[in-house]
Amino acid sequence: MDTFIQQLVNGLSLGSLYALIAVGYTVVYGILQLINFAHGEVFMIGAFGALTTSLVLFKGNTALWTLPVMIIGAVIASVTTAVLMERFAYRPLRHAPRLAPLITAIGISVFLQEAVRLNYDNVPFTSWNPFNLPDAKSIIPFPPIDVVTGPAIQIGGVTIQREAIFTIGALLVCSLLLWYFINHTKMGHGMQAVSQDQDTARLMGINVDRIIVVAFALGAVLAAVAGVSQGLQNHNISFRMGFLAGLKAFVAAVLGGIGNVAGAVVGGLVLGIAEAMATQYIPGQFGGSPWKDVWSFILLILVLVFRPQGLLGEKAVDRA
Amino acid sequence: MHQRSVVRVGVPLLVASLALSACGSRNTTTTGASSGNKTAVIGVMAPLSGDLSALGLGIQHSVELAVKQANDSKAIPGWTLKVEAKDDEGKPDVGKNAATAFAGEANVAGVVGNLNSSVAQSTQPVLATAKIVQVSPANTNPSLTQGANFATAPARTYATYFRTCTTDAVQGPFAARYLYQKAGFKKVATIHDKKTYGQGLVAAFTTEFTKLGGTITAAETINPDESNYQSVISKVKPTAPQAIYYGGEYPQAGPLSQQMKAAGLTVPLMGGDGIFDPKFITLGGATANSDLATSVGAPTDSLAAGKKFLADYAAAGYKEPSAAYGAYSYDAANAIINALKVSLKDAKDVTSTRPATIDALGKVSFAGVTGPVAFDKYGDTTSRVLTVYKVTDLKWAPVLTEAFK
Repeated sequence: MDTFIQQLVNGLSLGSLYALIAVGYTVVYGILQLINFAHGEVFMIGAFGALTTSLVLFKGNTALWTLPVMIIGAVIASVTTAVLMERFAYRPLRHAPRLAPLITAIGISVFLQEAVRLNYDNVPFTSWNPFNLPDAKSIIPFPPIDVVTGPAIQIGGVTIQREAIFTIGALLVCSLLLWYFINHTKMGHGMQAVSQDQDTARLMGINVDRIIVVAFALGAVLAAVAGVSQGLQNHNISFRMGFLAGLKAFVAAVLGGIGNVAGAVVGGLVLGIAEAMATQYIPGQFGGSPWKDVWSFILLILVLVFRPQGLLGEKAVDRA
Repeated sequence: MHQRSVVRVGVPLLVASLALSACGSRNTTTTGASSGNKTAVIGVMAPLSGDLSALGLGIQHSVELAVKQANDSKAIPGWTLKVEAKDDEGKPDVGKNAATAFAGEANVAGVVGNLNSSVAQSTQPVLATAKIVQVSPANTNPSLTQGANFATAPARTYATYFRTCTTDAVQGPFAARYLYQKAGFKKVATIHDKKTYGQGLVAAFTTEFTKLGGTITAAETINPDESNYQSVISKVKPTAPQAIYYGGEYPQAGPLSQQMKAAGLTVPLMGGDGIFDPKFITLGGATANSDLATSVGAPTDSLAAGKKFLADYAAAGYKEPSAAYGAYSYDAANAIINALKVSLKDAKDVTSTRPATIDALGKVSFAGVTGPVAFDKYGDTTSRVLTVYKVTDLKWAPVLTEAFK
């Protein structure tokens, strides 16, 4: 029983990360029907934003009060990236065939990874490094913040890491704020309107371009929080961390029903728990950690066979 | 209309693939002196960028040092040696491209590399076809020299391939004996990263450890692209191992050590030469103390020749340190230079002497900076000295140096 609860906790903390990133996929898809494959890189840049804030402003100080400032730094980095990406890469392709923005997204993803890899520790084309930042070509240790990292909490036979509590808590707070934003603000109502019918929404006086920017920014905020959580959980970040996390989060968004915000959260948690449980409970040759991804993808296929619209998705008429 | 959309999709794809292939050819650097009339190239293939670049750049600079000294002392009359380094990024496909490029150059007399066994697997056949000798300072997988059935029916696979470090067939059992006999651990769990190196190391370790009478409580793997290992750690923890033996490299081993100790599994993590790097401790954090690693040979600074190498390396002023394989790379380059002394002496061009270089390299015997350098009939080094290192006060400190029998 202890083992079961232990893996449940592991799965929840991993799933919370997936969920936070998946929301970004789903919000943008709901409005633009665009799968933004560069979203994983927004997450990665959030983590680097937090690291940079900590290194430049606090220089090794890991007190708890630095964490909110780091999160703000992460959000600024992520949102800037996402908004610029929307303005200069996706907006010119708004009326292009669907494949064009998709391939653009893959290109942006490669571009952002390489930009961080090559230019994190220097201003482009120079070797000038004013803040003495570390080399991003290999993985970089992330500062362990007091209180949210440190000795794990032991309840019976179950070890709960403080980072896991932070991540799950971050998901909880973010989903509540997101729910409030979408259902109880003017901007949120605008988003719902645009996702239902863009042209009619425009006729009703909604600034569609602004709503699209807000959707990108909203996804970026959650991705930034996820970036900080992953940095705290794994104690390291790297320019490559966005790729696999982005892919898994995309799967989570599809699993929950792409376009549906609550679905993204549920999909992320289900995927995380499925991975943890598959590691523990599938016996024999096809069990254990080497096969966990196989089992979670089998789960995805099964869900899509019996519920093509995803766990919480609505039956699509024409879209997707 | 249909055709137009094909063009729209096709053109960006073509552009993207061209851009990607252009990326593959970056990082080719050439260094060398200009005395003498004929030029021979010694190639270097190692990860010069990415997670393992600390090791790769150490290899490159150590070879540069050996070549510079050979040129200064005019080791091969009438010939000037040049170093050409190509990045393999630690990936088999990129390594294969680098090897193909070397095979196409007429002046290449020998190649030092690769760092990773999995990369060497794909570069061996390319260089063998061109009859170019390849000396690896770091590949420890036994199958590279002795074939897939190295344990039962060893057979040499490529006559052009040699290495200056000993193999996992020695390193894994050496670690098993240390843990069982010296440290007194009877229950150990194993984890590896599914790469050629990690898997081979864990297999060799497991065989010896169970033969000695120990129990493997759990055998797990991790995905090297991931950075969260909680579910694996939670699975291993209830089996109550006294130590974890990890097959893989420091970019994963450091975080694994940190995460397993944070999760309450406070037993030492032991690994092979792939985790023996200062970065392991940076990533492992404050809890890395008492983690263990084996590495090939005696500590470089424990031999007089090794001390001289480190002093020369420091004097040459390279930007990156020589790292774990510096001394082995220096010996590998010198082994090639010694062979070239024989084969290039009265030769007109490099290409025609390549078969003679293979024969000469098989017979070299000299005192290197890691000990005596010579190769057996498989191309493996005849030296089987290994050292156990332990993290003490967040630094690697040698614990035990022994010849494996």
